[in-house]
Amino acid sequence: MVAAQPSTTALREARDRASRARFATLIQRQGALIALVVTMVFGWLRYGQEGFTGTYNITEALRYNAMFALIALGMTFVIMTGGIDLSVGAVAVLGSVMAARASGEGPWVATLVAIATGVAIGLLNGVLISRFRIQPFIVTLATLLGGRGLALLAANNSVQSLSTEAFSNGFIDISGREIGPVPLPVAIAAVAFVIGTVLLNLTRFGRHVLAIGGNEEAARLAGVPIDRTIIVVYVLSGGLAGLAGAILAAYTFSGNPNEAVGWELSAIAAVVVGGTLLTGGLGSVWTTLVGVLLLGAIINMLNFESLDPYWQQVIRGLFLLVVVILQSRLRRPASG
Amino acid sequence: MAGTSPATPARADRAPGPRRDAPAASRLAGVARQMRGPLGALVLLVIYNALFNADAFLTRQSFNVNATQVAVVVIVGVGLTMVIATGGIDLSVGAIMAISGSLAPIIFLADSAPWATPFLGAAMAYVLPVLLGGALGAFNGGLITGFRIQPIIATLVLFIAGRGIAQVMTGGRLQSFREPDWQYVGLGRPLGIPFQVILMLTVVAVAAWAMRATTFGRYVLAIGGNPAAARLAGVPVRRVTVAVYVISGLLAGLAGLIEIAINSSADANRIGLNRELDAIAAVAVGGTSLLGGRATIVGTLIGALIIQLIRFTLLTEGASDAVVRIVSAGAILVAVLIQRQRGT
Repeated sequence: MVAAQPSTTALREARDRASRARFATLIQRQGALIALVVTMVFGWLRYGQEGFTGTYNITEALRYNAMFALIALGMTFVIMTGGIDLSVGAVAVLGSVMAARASGEGPWVATLVAIATGVAIGLLNGVLISRFRIQPFIVTLATLLGGRGLALLAANNSVQSLSTEAFSNGFIDISGREIGPVPLPVAIAAVAFVIGTVLLNLTRFGRHVLAIGGNEEAARLAGVPIDRTIIVVYVLSGGLAGLAGAILAAYTFSGNPNEAVGWELSAIAAVVVGGTLLTGGLGSVWTTLVGVLLLGAIINMLNFESLDPYWQQVIRGLFLLVVVILQSRLRRPASG
Repeated sequence: MAGTSPATPARADRAPGPRRDAPAASRLAGVARQMRGPLGALVLLVIYNALFNADAFLTRQSFNVNATQVAVVVIVGVGLTMVIATGGIDLSVGAIMAISGSLAPIIFLADSAPWATPFLGAAMAYVLPVLLGGALGAFNGGLITGFRIQPIIATLVLFIAGRGIAQVMTGGRLQSFREPDWQYVGLGRPLGIPFQVILMLTVVAVAAWAMRATTFGRYVLAIGGNPAAARLAGVPVRRVTVAVYVISGLLAGLAGLIEIAINSSADANRIGLNRELDAIAAVAVGGTSLLGGRATIVGTLIGALIIQLIRFTLLTEGASDAVVRIVSAGAILVAVLIQRQRGT
């Protein structure tokens, strides 16, 4: 009896700890989703049926955020390998200028040109990172700076306007068209996320990505083709950024080298808010999608309040702060 | 990834007791040997410009222009070098520049200043913004050590919010001013040399000394080399980590003041824009490892000068801004690649 006393206490403590850890994991995994639902309900109550949650607003907000979703998808794969891609904003802009230049050839050619541009830069990133062992941060910082330069060059130091045929040959439909009620960019992003999930969860490539992020040395010893996987990941990120660039050109009717400033950091924020750890080895593409939608919903909601735009930056920063502090608090009992 | 980096804080190890007694000349030679690559590149750029570009290059005006443009990047870069030496990164320096640069005019333009004299008002317009920068650095350091948030994310918070905070402070208005006395920090020319260049050289000298000769400098490198080992060896990891972000914030605050003094105006949207990228590039070109554990303050000065001279050379040759950016990006990659190959 005397001996049983502490062991029941210990048992209860262990059970408490386990349930707390389960709760923490739930919040960590689904916290962004819960926050998104709360945000939507709040918006519905505050702005009425035809406001924030009205069909028009949701359609247009999704159309705009589809570009971020594509970029954040690529970023998720990069971050899961333990890397980072700072070049995606510059690649998107370069893609938009290239798409605008090729807009006379129709939507397919223009989109392929933009994707190919992104793939080329992603290939450069991947080769420099894997073969030449330069840190991802530096490589993609350089391609960020150089990519913006290339975009300026390709646009002759001004804004690249669309060719006149672009308004009749279907180019502007890349962003403007709807399939049923769904804007085309949203459909594209949805397909990309489905493919992304399949890649990550059902293929050898996906397992390699997570293995490299978890422990690169162990993955190498286990025979994972490190260089190839890393190159593919950055090519994926570049290609998706290029695709987002084609949508951007159709969305803004131009290729503007000064657009998309800071997109890389918005994408990183979305990945983090979704719950993917920056240390790599863990994560899911769906939480990233939820992160993108949550950040998009909050920015969109701020538009309903007639706030000065700079308050939006402050609130976005505060929001990121709250999220990362919560995540760090939740991480501790689980790891400790 | 940080765990696979070489765990030797090279500089701290290679400078044991006897070497510090060595004559200054041979110590200088040691620095020169370590900086061979970047220094060589810088010398080549200077020689090229002196030979083929003499009319534009060998003038006091061009010296002042180049030195002025480099000063802000170097002052920010010195703080960043220390942050990077601990294995961290500070993305918020440009935003901190915007906040301090927006606060200063609010203080010295105030009609009913609480300060007794205009002199005190001007002094406060120096002191408070720099201290605010330091406080924001402490905020970054607190997030990183207290909540164990990764530096890139922790400083991303202020990167996103900082420029907004600066605009909230100014109500989004552009502040223009003419305060020659206060603007000495940007426009002063003692002995014909821009004051901010003297300031820059002082910052570089003090920081280089601190990194080589003080316990603090060794702690910084030890943390970057292997944080777990540093903790076990009794290094006050948290305190030193917070300190480097505070230093980075203080220097960014100072850089913000220089920038608005040069421009005679403060636009919260533009002060310090992209300076974090310029400074990180200078640090990398100068030879500081982004994995931490190896740092050179003088290298950051040389790195910033190299990037500035490449820009200057191309622009005087008539190249467009686009070409300058592409070549600068290539130069960063080449510089890091060369160091990488020599390092391993």
